[in-house]
Amino acid sequence: MKLQVDIVKNGAGFRVDAQFEAGEGALALLGASGSGKSEVLRCVAGLSEPDEGRILLDGEPLFDSSRHLNVPPQRRKIGLLTPGYALFPHLTVRRNIAAGVVNRAEREHAVEEQLRRFRLTELAERKPRQISELERQRVALARLTASRPVAILLDEPLSGRDSFLKFRMEQELSDYLSSFGGPVVWASHDRGEVYRNCRYVCVLENGLSQETISVERLLASPGTEGAARLSGCKNIVDAIPRHNAIFIPEWGVTLRSAYPIPPLLRRVGIRAHQVRISEPALVNAFAATVVRVIEDVSSTIVLLRPNGASEEAPLLRMELDRGVWRTTPDQRNLTVSVGPQDVLLLR
Amino acid sequence: MDWFPLLNSLRVALLSTAIVFFPGLFAAYRVMRMPPSPAKTAWDAALTLPLVLPPPVVGWLVLRLLGPQHMLGYWARQIFGVRLVMTWPAASLAAGIVSFPLMYRAARAAFENFDHNLTDTARTLGRSEAWIFWNAQIPACKEGVIAAAVLAFARAFGEHGASVMAAGYTPGRTAAVGATVYQLWSQGDDAGAGAWAALSAVLSGVCLLAVSAAEQRQRGGAKP
Repeated sequence: MKLQVDIVKNGAGFRVDAQFEAGEGALALLGASGSGKSEVLRCVAGLSEPDEGRILLDGEPLFDSSRHLNVPPQRRKIGLLTPGYALFPHLTVRRNIAAGVVNRAEREHAVEEQLRRFRLTELAERKPRQISELERQRVALARLTASRPVAILLDEPLSGRDSFLKFRMEQELSDYLSSFGGPVVWASHDRGEVYRNCRYVCVLENGLSQETISVERLLASPGTEGAARLSGCKNIVDAIPRHNAIFIPEWGVTLRSAYPIPPLLRRVGIRAHQVRISEPALVNAFAATVVRVIEDVSSTIVLLRPNGASEEAPLLRMELDRGVWRTTPDQRNLTVSVGPQDVLLLR
Repeated sequence: MDWFPLLNSLRVALLSTAIVFFPGLFAAYRVMRMPPSPAKTAWDAALTLPLVLPPPVVGWLVLRLLGPQHMLGYWARQIFGVRLVMTWPAASLAAGIVSFPLMYRAARAAFENFDHNLTDTARTLGRSEAWIFWNAQIPACKEGVIAAAVLAFARAFGEHGASVMAAGYTPGRTAAVGATVYQLWSQGDDAGAGAWAALSAVLSGVCLLAVSAAEQRQRGGAKP
């Protein structure tokens, strides 16, 4: 079972051009807010009509601009989980689940089955505001299951929760999704959520989708500046390829890469926790001055100015274990290095 | 004191509210669902127009529609032998046109306040547009819809300019509260005019309190 999407949509002040395929294992649609994630999902669900392109589910076209085909959302069999889960506030848990079963003959049986599966029987006659957030999520999943979707789209359903609750909700959601066999597309701006729950990731930057890659690859070689940023990379600077190495003009630093340097290289990314205090003799080592030290919740953030850097150059952010920083003898002048395999080559 | 004007105004306002209730809801739903476009702007302006037109313009339109020389009025006289103008239902139609924009706009405000994720989710669950309208939109916006209807009722109750043209002022037949205040004042009965004025102020005030209370409840319960 596959969900194939290749669409273009122009709207007031935005353009979405997205291409991806979701099969087994959840696909993350990773993008900053305003990058067009929701619009892509709306198009896939049939709530919004793309200008051009095709959407196929299991080989069957749901949308095809060349054939003027646009299957209404009611007949797509694609489930959608939205922020806050959109339970009907005036309906009981039972009737919320029943809303997912259009066929009257099956309704009662299907509702009872889902009430049992999601441990909601006791709460069946309550209204959504009378139950907890975790229970509301279960009602949403029960309703979704009752409607028997073939694919599921998640539009940041967990956004706006405090982290403790969110983590518990995420675990239940994740268990549910792994028991679901079909394609899952999870839109998120949160790389942690993506790492924890998805196998593949398609980065969406200003409405434009990038090549779908594995989550591991997003970490190891994000490829583009936008993807690097979304994957949590804190240092991104201009770079010039030079004699099999990379020159960073703003810092006056030359770095070696473990990988072939693409001729189109424009920038490099360096993850803050991959900057290490080291010996001057080490490869990719350079001297830097400490500008500022910030104690974070579980680590120490050190902002550095490489000694060859200009005044306006962005500072290099290093993140290290509190204990390591505390035992560093000279906390003003350091020699730091970045492993050649950790220099992210960005287009 | 002759209570007829009060009863008449109440029946005029009730019928008028009944006339505008569903068209107002329907128009609100349709316009709300239109994507931002010049067509949406035009529809919105057209549906709001009676609110700002001088009421006699509306009265004149009603006479053009129902008058014995014109269209509906002509047929009614030819076929059923009844006169449509100068009756209280004609006043209801006139008052309905004037109060329609309030029904439409207040209902639209309630609908727009509604969490659109509910509508979207219902569609992906396979539910039809009609099901969504009756089972999700209307019940979830119940207070807002009630507020809209009460507002339209209050406006129709106080309507004078359009309905007096459509129904005239016949004591015991079409005399409404507004026309009675005018009539008593023009006869020099200031105390009588004042009493009716006070009565209508109290009644309208009660309606507006109800509107405000309903709208606050709506806002409190719009999103879970």
